[in-house]
Amino acid sequence: MIEDLVFNLKVAYARLWVRVKGGNREPHWILTEVTVPILTLSAYVYLYKMLNAPAEFAGFVVIGGTMIAFWSNVLWNMSAQFYWEKETGNLQMYLVAPISRMAILLGMAVGSIVNTALRAVAILAVGILIFQVPIFLRDPAVAVLIFVLTIVALYTLGMLFASLFLLYGREAWHTVSLLQEPVHFLSGFYFPVRYLPFLIQLVASAIPITFGLDGIRRVIISGETAIDVLPHVAALIIFILILMPLSKLALNFMENLGKKEGRLTLRWQ
Amino acid sequence: MSKCAVVTLRFELQHCIETKNLVRVFKGPDKGIVKALDDVSVTIEEGEIFGLLGPNGAGKTTFIKILSTLLLPTRGEAYVKGFSVVKEPNKVRKIINLVSGGETPGYGILTVRENLWFFSQLYGLPSSKAKEKIKLLMRELNFEEYANARMNKLSSGYKQRLNLARGLINDPDILFLDEPTLGLDVLTAKNLRDYMMNWAKQERKGTILLTTHYMAEADEMCDRVAIIDHGRILACDSPQTLKENLAKNPSAKIEISSTSINSDFLKSIHGIIGFTQTRNIQTGTTTLKVVARDESAFSKIVSKMTEENLKVLTVSKTEPTLEDVYISLVGKGFEEAEAADS
Repeated sequence: MIEDLVFNLKVAYARLWVRVKGGNREPHWILTEVTVPILTLSAYVYLYKMLNAPAEFAGFVVIGGTMIAFWSNVLWNMSAQFYWEKETGNLQMYLVAPISRMAILLGMAVGSIVNTALRAVAILAVGILIFQVPIFLRDPAVAVLIFVLTIVALYTLGMLFASLFLLYGREAWHTVSLLQEPVHFLSGFYFPVRYLPFLIQLVASAIPITFGLDGIRRVIISGETAIDVLPHVAALIIFILILMPLSKLALNFMENLGKKEGRLTLRWQ
Repeated sequence: MSKCAVVTLRFELQHCIETKNLVRVFKGPDKGIVKALDDVSVTIEEGEIFGLLGPNGAGKTTFIKILSTLLLPTRGEAYVKGFSVVKEPNKVRKIINLVSGGETPGYGILTVRENLWFFSQLYGLPSSKAKEKIKLLMRELNFEEYANARMNKLSSGYKQRLNLARGLINDPDILFLDEPTLGLDVLTAKNLRDYMMNWAKQERKGTILLTTHYMAEADEMCDRVAIIDHGRILACDSPQTLKENLAKNPSAKIEISSTSINSDFLKSIHGIIGFTQTRNIQTGTTTLKVVARDESAFSKIVSKMTEENLKVLTVSKTEPTLEDVYISLVGKGFEEAEAADS
């Protein structure tokens, strides 16, 4: 049991290593991945300035822009990853090896978090410096807690999507696009979600990043404390407790279904 | 019976690979079904190189996918070293590896060495042991100088060397090779074939299940060959025995100075078991390979050609090959069989 766990953690580390090594081998990628989001969030910051919105709105945008990096990464590098691994023949090798498939997903997720964190920190730092974002951080530990919970919830969602996308076929990237922009809007990446109509807020609450973003903004920009963001923390924990076993179940279900139907290693379906 | 005798008996009964009445059905077009494997029962012994020879779509890859736990059988049983591929897949995975031709698993942005290290971790090799093993495999497969080259910069021959090294990284007891020399140049293919044969016949015997549609490859490499068509095993024996069994049916090559002959008339000639034809546009000739019940069939073909005003350039009797074995069993060659199915 323990031997198996140690072995699979080493597998997860190896997959993490591939992601970090591969993701940072060509440094100009990092430059692009930092510059493009800053250009996008600049547009929103200047729009709010033109409308004479309170200065804290710039902070909302910078934090939203930072967290977008994680959401995009979950979609493109987690959800669609097994599908691409299938197309390149790697998935077949994972399935033939005596490993837990969750170890591969875990490695991919942690590797992605490391890679994206490097970019996100750069976006945050540059954003704060350029736009002079006002910060009223009273409880850094709570900010870190909400950030960690948000990331874990997001990447467990990514692990669930990875299983679902596995058998979906060649149109997977359309689904990724479909999930990208609506979530940017619903989760309030560039504005506080409380300004949305109630019904849309209800729909948005089904997405973990909505709670994460709002919680982080409240703690960093508005100076709120642990008591104020307790519902956010609770919601994120509930998301994790539901998504984690669900992703494992989905992976097992999809693997068995794929083996029955013969679609697991079928290319370009 | 003593306990010792029981143990001995069980040992004797356990084959390296065994399938019993294996059936695999896929959903086909128009809600129909396609039987990819139809009642396949095969046993393969330790240290054996066993070939599965058949045209595209015959069921070769389906067979390998079931044995390598990638696919579930619809019916029947399959065992690898006594472990059921359905009930004990993880035990099977620990002792096998799979190398498919025409594809290179791995990450293009990583180097050859990095890719091999990654795959070694999927089998729990300690890093230092993995590094030694990687060095050894790269040396033996003769691509050490590419150790630090990115995978996406390699030619297809070197990619396949990397693929084979990956397949051997865990020292598998059983290596599944699915069309391993597909698309490779003659020399690289020969080098890889030699290496695989040596690997199987080394002191610690490795078992190879090879699928191929290259007759010469099966002939050169395999201790035994099963000829498969439409999911059924038509014959299974050593290449030599298969050819010897055919010796009573003579085969000949007939070269004709035209590329536009309609060979359908051959079906009406009594005594012809099967044939295949190859057109050579450059020389403007067609070569018929004919397997017959007796030699009189060849003179009937020549007479018919003369009637049709076609010039017969050469008629030569040939030694039986595995291709002839296939033709005698199916009535046509691989290409014709594939064309008929498509």
